[in-house]
Amino acid sequence: MAHEYLLEMRGVSKHYHGNYVLKGVDLKVKAGEILGLVGENGAGKSTLMNILFGMPVIHTTGGYEGEVRLAGETVRFANPGEALSAGIGMVHQEFMLLPGFSIAENIKLNREPLIPTTLSRFLGTRLSKVDMPRVRGDARRALDTIGLGIDEMLPVLGLPIGFMQFIEVAREVDKSGVRVLVFDEPTALLTESEAGQLLAALKRIASSGVAVIFISHRLEEVLTICDNITVLRDGEVVTTTPSAGATLTMIAELMVGRQTKRPPLGERTVEPSDDDIVLELYNLEVDMPGEEVRGVSLAVRRGEILGIGGLAGQGKVGLSNGIMGIFPARGSVKKDGLEIPLNRPGEAYKHGIAFLSEDRKGVGLILDRSIEYNISVVATLTKGDFLKRLPIGAAIRDRKTATAYAEGAIEDLDIRCTGPTQRLRHLSGGNQQKVCVARALALKPEVLLVSEPTRGIDVGAKEKILDLLTGMNRQQGVTIVLTSSELAELRRVCDRIAIIYDGRLVDILSPDDSNAKFGLAMAGKKVSEA
Amino acid sequence: MEAKPKRSLRLFIRDNGVPIMFLALCGLGVVASGKPLGFLLQETIGRMARNSFIVLSLVVPIVAGLGLNFAIVLGAMAGQAGLIAVAEAKVTGLAGIFTAIAVSFPLALLLGWGAGSIMNKAKGREMIAGMILGFFMNGVYMLVFLFGAGTILPIKDPKMILPQGYGLRNTVDLQVIKWALDNLLKVRLGPVSLPLATFAATALLTWGISKLFSTKLGQDMRAAGQDMRIAEVAGIQVDRTRMVAMLISTVLAAIGQILFLQNIGTLNVYDSHGQTGTFAIAALLVGGATVTKATVGQALLGTFMFHLLFIVSPYAGQNLLGSAMVGEYFRAFVAYAVIAFSLALHSLQRGKMAIRR
Amino acid sequence: MSLRERVSKSVSDLGLPRLTVILFLVSLFIVGGIQGVPLGDLVNSSIGRFSMNALLTISMVPAIQCGIGPNFGLPVGIIAGLIGLVLSMEMGFTGFPGFMVASALGLSLGAVFGVLYGHLVNRVKGQEMMVGTYVGFAVVSGMCMFWLLMPFRHPRLIWTLGGEGLRVTISLSDFFSNVLDNLLAIKIGAIKFPTGLVLCVGLIAALYRLFEYTRAGIAMDLAGQNEQFARAAGINVERMRVTGTAMSTAMGALGIIFYAQSYGFVQLYTAPLMMAFPAVAAVLIGGASPKTASISNALVGTLLFQTLLAITVPVSQSVISGDISEIIRLIVSNGMVLYALTRGPGGGNNGS
Repeated sequence: MAHEYLLEMRGVSKHYHGNYVLKGVDLKVKAGEILGLVGENGAGKSTLMNILFGMPVIHTTGGYEGEVRLAGETVRFANPGEALSAGIGMVHQEFMLLPGFSIAENIKLNREPLIPTTLSRFLGTRLSKVDMPRVRGDARRALDTIGLGIDEMLPVLGLPIGFMQFIEVAREVDKSGVRVLVFDEPTALLTESEAGQLLAALKRIASSGVAVIFISHRLEEVLTICDNITVLRDGEVVTTTPSAGATLTMIAELMVGRQTKRPPLGERTVEPSDDDIVLELYNLEVDMPGEEVRGVSLAVRRGEILGIGGLAGQGKVGLSNGIMGIFPARGSVKKDGLEIPLNRPGEAYKHGIAFLSEDRKGVGLILDRSIEYNISVVATLTKGDFLKRLPIGAAIRDRKTATAYAEGAIEDLDIRCTGPTQRLRHLSGGNQQKVCVARALALKPEVLLVSEPTRGIDVGAKEKILDLLTGMNRQQGVTIVLTSSELAELRRVCDRIAIIYDGRLVDILSPDDSNAKFGLAMAGKKVSEA
Repeated sequence: MEAKPKRSLRLFIRDNGVPIMFLALCGLGVVASGKPLGFLLQETIGRMARNSFIVLSLVVPIVAGLGLNFAIVLGAMAGQAGLIAVAEAKVTGLAGIFTAIAVSFPLALLLGWGAGSIMNKAKGREMIAGMILGFFMNGVYMLVFLFGAGTILPIKDPKMILPQGYGLRNTVDLQVIKWALDNLLKVRLGPVSLPLATFAATALLTWGISKLFSTKLGQDMRAAGQDMRIAEVAGIQVDRTRMVAMLISTVLAAIGQILFLQNIGTLNVYDSHGQTGTFAIAALLVGGATVTKATVGQALLGTFMFHLLFIVSPYAGQNLLGSAMVGEYFRAFVAYAVIAFSLALHSLQRGKMAIRR
Repeated sequence: MSLRERVSKSVSDLGLPRLTVILFLVSLFIVGGIQGVPLGDLVNSSIGRFSMNALLTISMVPAIQCGIGPNFGLPVGIIAGLIGLVLSMEMGFTGFPGFMVASALGLSLGAVFGVLYGHLVNRVKGQEMMVGTYVGFAVVSGMCMFWLLMPFRHPRLIWTLGGEGLRVTISLSDFFSNVLDNLLAIKIGAIKFPTGLVLCVGLIAALYRLFEYTRAGIAMDLAGQNEQFARAAGINVERMRVTGTAMSTAMGALGIIFYAQSYGFVQLYTAPLMMAFPAVAAVLIGGASPKTASISNALVGTLLFQTLLAITVPVSQSVISGDISEIIRLIVSNGMVLYALTRGPGGGNNGS
């Protein structure tokens, strides 16, 4: 063959409105090779894959720079369909399976072999008969390729999750002419033995001459099955290294990689310490789908900013949602030694805890209502603020005080708007988030749980939000528990950072700890101080 | 091993609650009516022959995920327009039937296209949209035949036009095509006479529907019916598939209404289609179909039981409570209650599924 | 903003169907004026129809606010009101006391029915409109048997000879027809203003406005706006939905009593079957959506819709010597509902 690599991405760059998320990325895979692609959330993995697949989001935002070569030829896919027909397949994180169809029908979904009929000759191929025996046969062959001995005629409904992932893989394998297969976190939902089976299947697929790109946060898996590993950080390739000889610590350190100088934050009169605990979690378990918490015990010091870090899907987000009673939880949560009843939303508010949700559009905002309403409504409902009593005895909402409060908040938080009566829908993401902060402030909380406060917000607003939070902490002494996927952000403002992996607390680190320590903790490994 | 038949019996009862309950209700009704079985059978078979076709027209949209197609009323209107044309042109016999179908076909396609477009815009609310669309089009239909007939539409027959010179009378006599299909091939079987040709039409449709589901189009319908998003991601043109389902359903309903009215023999211009949707849907549900699952067998079984109950209710009311009216109100109640129950059951089950996820 | 921008903005704010209704209304007034339809009669019939129907439309507001969407199950409330009316008459009450007894019975039955209906609706989230419609239909047809079989004795209520059960239409002239309309009624020329009825409707509207500003009202509205948000703030969303449904149903019960005393007749059997639709259409014409509604939407919508129907009768009679109002009612009301259904996602389910 003239070309050494089946897939080559050369000098690929991509920016959104001048913000570069990929900077000159090179990526190469040979036929039969498994390439591991690792990096933190936001390192650019998904953007890179979107470019490979020609996703519309790339084209609508101005395309990309650099080139993609498939078997030595430059390609530029205009849509995912083109990528698919060129032999690039992807196994998604979420299952695209129809529960009422059999396994075979799912594998051949919309690619069913057809038999022409009299009608189809006149009225188009959609009136051809579906060739069921061949659907079965093809499915059987694909299942055998990946070593799954299940009856292909069983309905998907009721199958264990693990099997569904295999069916997804079988579907990709069955696509004729598949040359490059991308696996995006395929083992995230699998048990250990299922994951082992899947990895074996992956090797088998690669050995049949397919180039495999394996994206995973489970670094051990990457090290065991990949031939080479490409590490992305902040949109750049840090290194591409053979996995033979690489170690967990090395990869972890390369992933995290940056040493930011901590800008000085305000001084405190009393330093937080373990002698004064404000919030105590004991063995907290939370059933938040995709972010399960499997038993976390943690003590939050009064007056500190505690960071909760970890990779997506490991359970860090579940923690505050469990405390607030939004998702079912077990275990115990104490505020100043007093038990907060779990699974009863609203209870935490009564104990002086406020929450800024990561799900801004869902739990955070009423888009069709005014700024003033959004800021005051929770305080009215949970604490009876912003009410006035009428002569007839009923207490009704006092728009005047609420508006006055909102005007103050708009001023203090620099919310860009036409006034307190403007609807939230018309504000930018950053200003919407400031409204959320204002609402939390209106509750005058002792403890503020903040979840992903800077997600989807432009850089300027990001800074402002972080300043607001540290200001609240330093000036008003509010204890803050800050959950974030951005480690850099946590390391900038937090006193301590707790890392969650697989629903459990791995370690509590100091923001000044080494990159390797953070990298390993996020991969679930605690480095014992030696 | 011995416990197995018992368990499967329980499962059988659980999965077929509605038809079993209805069977019991029918049994009680038959006993209470005090009528000879032969008479009831004759009546029921006659009604089956004229109603099955339209009930079957509901199956395709259910499989394609549009739920119960309350908009088949539109098809019925198209069918009636065809019949009005035939009555005006005095085309008799089978030729009349085919002419009526030919006239209603493009109309049904047009109306089905409109209904399909609306349902593609009201995803997740197809049923209520279909129902309201039926009411809306009823207004348009009245406008057309009350004010358009004799003015814009070339209808001249003084027996059809109101004395004022325009607008259709309430009833149009369909003598020209009455029983044209029913009498084509009639076989007596003891006390019961069977309109074989009408049954053959139904059988043909049954065969056609089952063939449709073995095609690629049918496979796409089933896929879109289960999960529009996944089907879309797999490259199936969901909106187009749903549209085709609506077109098929509307055209079949038009033909069904023509077959129904050739048996009745008179057309109540402003009433005949009114309850078409409700009764056809209730019949289908009685057979054990649900908002998301329906088979040809359920349609036929349901039509049989629903009409048996329809026949016995007034007699049973007369015998038990001394009032035939009670029986008539009872059957209307049953039709509505069956639909309400099935809809509630459907969203209950969907709610449970969502929680499990 | 230029004039053109302003016009196009106000068009998009109003929405196409609402604009159509208003333009249609205006053109009918013009045609009516040319044809010499007496204006006094028109105003009279418009005011009359508006005050008769206003409460039925207002009953949609708590239902939409609590998140179940337009209450297509309104016949459940109407049945409660009808039972109140019939029982009050059967017990021999007449005049204002009779009206009060009917209202008290209707309201309390309506509240009970509403709570039961609310619990049902809570189990069918996402399908409230459809289930509501058919539960309404089933209740109305089930009640037909009740009207037929219950042993009512009052000679004004039952058929004098031969018939069985209650009459289909019962005249209120010997009981309490127009008691509210005539209360403090003002006559200016040909126009008779039903002061008592308008005041009562106004009082209920004002009380509901007040409720909207209380903690309970805010909580109910929030439950309808955003279920997750409300839950996170500690609101029992299910209870709020039951509360809203019960309020809507009770208002429907009182609404039909207001309607009947004004109309002068009680219509039983299948008459309530389709009564939810004009109320739903009116609130939507007034600017509500399946997710948001206010008292002013209900009042404006009822005024527009009922005026339209009132004016169609004489104008169409003068132009084409036929009554087209029933057709207009079907097309306008269902067209409005259809338009609302095909716009945007959601509809009682927060789009998920």
